[in-house]
Amino acid sequence: MDSKQLYQELILDHNKKPRNWGVLGDASHRAEGLNPLCGDHIWVALKIRDGTIESIAFEGESCAICKASASMMTTNVKGKPVEQVEQLVQEFRDMATGKLDVAAQAHHLGRLAVFAGVKDLPSRVKCAILPWHTLHAAFHNQQSASTEGEADPMGSPITGRVTQ
Amino acid sequence: MSSPALSRQEERAVIRSVDLQRLRADFPILRLKVNGKPLAYLDNGASSQMPQPVMDRLTRYQTQEHSNIHRAVHYLSETATAAYEGARAKIQKFINARESREVIYTRGTTDAVNLVMHGFGRAFLKEGDEIIISQLEHHSNIVPWQMLRDEKGIKLQVIPCNDAGELLIDTYERLFNARTKLVSITHVSNALGTVNPVKQMIAMAHGQGVPVLVDGAQAVPHLAIDVQDLDCDFYCFSGHKMFAPTGIGILYGKAALLEKMQPYQGGGDMILSVTFDKTTYNALPYKFEAGTPPIAAAIGLGAAVDYLNEVGMDNIAAWEHELLAYATGQLEALPGVRIIGTAADKAAVLSFTIAGVHPHDVGTILNEDGVAVRTGHHCAQPVMQRFGIPATARASFALYNTFEEIDQLVAGIRRVQKMFT
Repeated sequence: MDSKQLYQELILDHNKKPRNWGVLGDASHRAEGLNPLCGDHIWVALKIRDGTIESIAFEGESCAICKASASMMTTNVKGKPVEQVEQLVQEFRDMATGKLDVAAQAHHLGRLAVFAGVKDLPSRVKCAILPWHTLHAAFHNQQSASTEGEADPMGSPITGRVTQ
Repeated sequence: MSSPALSRQEERAVIRSVDLQRLRADFPILRLKVNGKPLAYLDNGASSQMPQPVMDRLTRYQTQEHSNIHRAVHYLSETATAAYEGARAKIQKFINARESREVIYTRGTTDAVNLVMHGFGRAFLKEGDEIIISQLEHHSNIVPWQMLRDEKGIKLQVIPCNDAGELLIDTYERLFNARTKLVSITHVSNALGTVNPVKQMIAMAHGQGVPVLVDGAQAVPHLAIDVQDLDCDFYCFSGHKMFAPTGIGILYGKAALLEKMQPYQGGGDMILSVTFDKTTYNALPYKFEAGTPPIAAAIGLGAAVDYLNEVGMDNIAAWEHELLAYATGQLEALPGVRIIGTAADKAAVLSFTIAGVHPHDVGTILNEDGVAVRTGHHCAQPVMQRFGIPATARASFALYNTFEEIDQLVAGIRRVQKMFT
């Protein structure tokens, strides 16, 4: 695929001006996410009240795909019930790994579908997914998340999928 | 080819480009198009491409010579054994080892370092002993020694480097004490390209009675290596970074040291006799070559040595120097591009960062232009930590690379910068 399809304006914009960037003083849940292979390293903090995400923030050091994914994630999930967001985590993961075809199947991803192209770049799939794994870990008070091995909060490894 | 209309410099350039085109024709993979663009393969530090003569040698071996070695008396076993040992003799000559028994086949550089960690480190080091490594090491020359540290209670001392990526030799000298038992350093930094003054460093260590292992994985494809002149005690390198197959590498060791060392693995071929009471180990080099080795890969490595000799290591070093100088000049001229590693003596490795763009995004976008570079920490995280960066993009050159490919890289970097402004 052409990288222009992945590096769309929306992604480049969120990379340049990440939303909800920073520290959350009164967080009720937080987790750290690390991709050991590429070095993406982020922190996600949440304030959950009555089962709903009242506020969310993130910060860290990462590539554009990871940062934009995190930024768009925060704007999307703010104000939503945790239960609903858990479904979104699963859908995002399925989209990035090619299990969910956003053009043909029903989903709740909205503008997050801009990341669908990452499924054709196996080495970058984990960059897009890391913020979502970290969010999932924060829900479950797991301190750290990864896309690898035992620290993978989703409990199932992401394997690279090569498409021609 | 020469014409009175050409200046001397132009003429040299013409001759060079003709030779280069002929050389490139030996590497079929270089004709690939990636994403519709000509492949610019600038990831030779990770693994180099294979020339047709090496492939032909592998085919000949598999079609006419293959059997297990050092075993049967039949024709094929003898042919395979002769080819396998013939390759060892070529490698011995290539690095100027005194004897062929000092040349041990391994799976690669990592395997060679682990062999020394096991056979020398585990056998001879005691709690409180020290090993000197450097800031510039690949993880494969750090982690085995950390494993030994945790097992034995030894201590690791690290030679620091300056902002150019050059080791601080004065500090190195002060790291020695009565407990220092080994120095294990890289010849050429894989992440930065720094060529370390290993001959001088070896002499300094020997002055203190300490043996030296040199990780030559990034040096052997680019510089003529003479292990006797260096006087190193161990020298390790990998086949796949010098146009041979993966799965084969070399540990050179001084015979006297290898004789004293423990075998690394037990099994067939490394024994003289076995009873349930006692096993007598085979002589060098077989003591360290348990089991059926990658015979074809070893013969392929011999063919790669022939190829390097034919092109000439001096020609290779000279051409790569020109490539590095050209690429360095081009990248220095790009605003926002920072070259990481500016040692006075460098091999053809160019690590860089682009302001405001993560190296992984750089790698993905360059790939769209057919440019293959490595992005990440290059299995050398302490180097990244030293320079306060998470990762770099790295272009690493080989004898077949061209100025045009460097131009392709530069155009790609400009495109990255445009996308991210």
